[in-house]
Amino acid sequence: MNPSAEVRALSSTEVDLQPVEVGQRITVVWRGKPIFIDHRPQKAIDEARGVPLDDLPDPQTDEERVKKAEWLIMIGICTHLGCIPKGQAPGDPVGEFGGWFCPCHGSHYDTAGRIRKGPAPKNLFIPPYDFSTDTSIVIG
Amino acid sequence: MSGLKTNNAVIRWIEYRLPIFSFLDHAVGSGYPAPRNLNYWWNYGSLAGLALVIMILTGIMLAMQYTAHVAFAFDSVERIMRDVNFGWLIRYIHMNGGSFFFVVVYIHIFRGLYYGSYKAPRELLWILGVAILVLMMASAFMGYVLPWGQMSFWAATVITNLFSAIPLVGESIVTWLWGGFAVGNPTLNRFYALHYLLPFVIVGAVILHIWALHRFGSNNPLGIEANGPQDKIPFHPYYTAKDAFGFGVFLLLFAAIVFFAPNSLGEPDNYIPANPLSTPAHIVPEWYFLPYYAILRAIPDKLLGVIAMFGSILILFVLPWIDRSPVRSAKFRPIYKQFFWIFLADCILLGYIGSKPPAGMFLIIGRIATAYYFLHFVIVFVLSYVERPRPLPNSIGEAVLKGGGAPAMGKAREKA
Repeated sequence: MNPSAEVRALSSTEVDLQPVEVGQRITVVWRGKPIFIDHRPQKAIDEARGVPLDDLPDPQTDEERVKKAEWLIMIGICTHLGCIPKGQAPGDPVGEFGGWFCPCHGSHYDTAGRIRKGPAPKNLFIPPYDFSTDTSIVIG
Repeated sequence: MSGLKTNNAVIRWIEYRLPIFSFLDHAVGSGYPAPRNLNYWWNYGSLAGLALVIMILTGIMLAMQYTAHVAFAFDSVERIMRDVNFGWLIRYIHMNGGSFFFVVVYIHIFRGLYYGSYKAPRELLWILGVAILVLMMASAFMGYVLPWGQMSFWAATVITNLFSAIPLVGESIVTWLWGGFAVGNPTLNRFYALHYLLPFVIVGAVILHIWALHRFGSNNPLGIEANGPQDKIPFHPYYTAKDAFGFGVFLLLFAAIVFFAPNSLGEPDNYIPANPLSTPAHIVPEWYFLPYYAILRAIPDKLLGVIAMFGSILILFVLPWIDRSPVRSAKFRPIYKQFFWIFLADCILLGYIGSKPPAGMFLIIGRIATAYYFLHFVIVFVLSYVERPRPLPNSIGEAVLKGGGAPAMGKAREKA
């Protein structure tokens, strides 16, 4: 019952980051999963980097989670039971830590997509990706 | 051997070669003696059987019109509702039939808990019953996914993700269940295949359940064994008539919901086509899963939450060995009786909490109710040693024939 060949062959996704403004969050699809792309303002980066690692259920520094500080790229699936956290659209609840909030069972993620509060055990996963140019990425 | 007496030559001819008539007579006919004091709580077994037949018949009719593909599933269900002759009726019967099946089975289970029907020598009968419940839950879940609405999709996502809590192999198991990297077309296809299969597995388990039942016969409200033929009456016509009356009442209520409030038990969000990129703000399962959902959410750790949720059902399998009291019926167990009602109230409370968002007071109450759910089984274990049961009547016949007898006396004592 494992994935068939045509499912496994799903190609990578290329994303042009040029039109994404600072502070804007967009969602793209890769392998049927939503990918959150966050063009972070400096404030969000500072917040993420100012957190002591001891406060984190799944300790990871912000630097480990990004290739370029202003671009946070993650799989937008709550690590608890797979819902899509809120926070991508303007006006969405973003949780107590300014990142994302999963409405299903109440997990709060911070501005680096790290789990801070709630039942989710892990930070939002980072997909494999590379910057093909300064303003575009290839996921997968 | 077969006591079947008939003047019908055709029946005699068949019976001689395939003794099916005497088999049926011993199963649900005059050849099956049942305790003479069964009350209406004993109607729910046959009602569950009726619900299963209704579900299979309407399910086969729906399967003739349904398309198991992510691009067509939602539309094919809407086509059933609008264009197929009586499609709306068949679907509403199937949809609400699931709810009624669970109502009946839950009452049947609590009947067993109250009257101690799980105790020796009926442990396997009970275990088969719990197995049927688990199979029903799997069928109901996969059936709920088929219309491919928002709730279908996210139910499938959340429930399959429960398995990702398993250490090391969890993620691989989830990918295997999905047949992809997310819930998608392969998932829908296999759920459809299994949703068609499982009801027949349930039929098999029901046959074993009834087989085990007939080994010692039904338990009864007094919880004592029949001493002899004077304690029993033939199943047919006495209990076939009583069950038929129950069928009538059941079908009245069922028809009332199917015709006048067919969507009252469902979630309106499921009439929105599935969207893998947007989770509805409030995901709630169907009502019959709410208590388990409350237990899952009560525990802040993912793995432990999943273990507690599955544990809440699995613990029922070993209940015959947790409750060591030799007295079956709660009628004669004054303390157990009180804890039974508290347990029932706790389960209903869990159901209510499961329908509310997991925050603030609801979360705290949910945690207390979850703790109590498991504490109940500890209490039951301790009670079997410390509780002093009331004296049991000498026989069912004596209790029934003494002009109201022991059951009525029991009630008088409760009032005193």
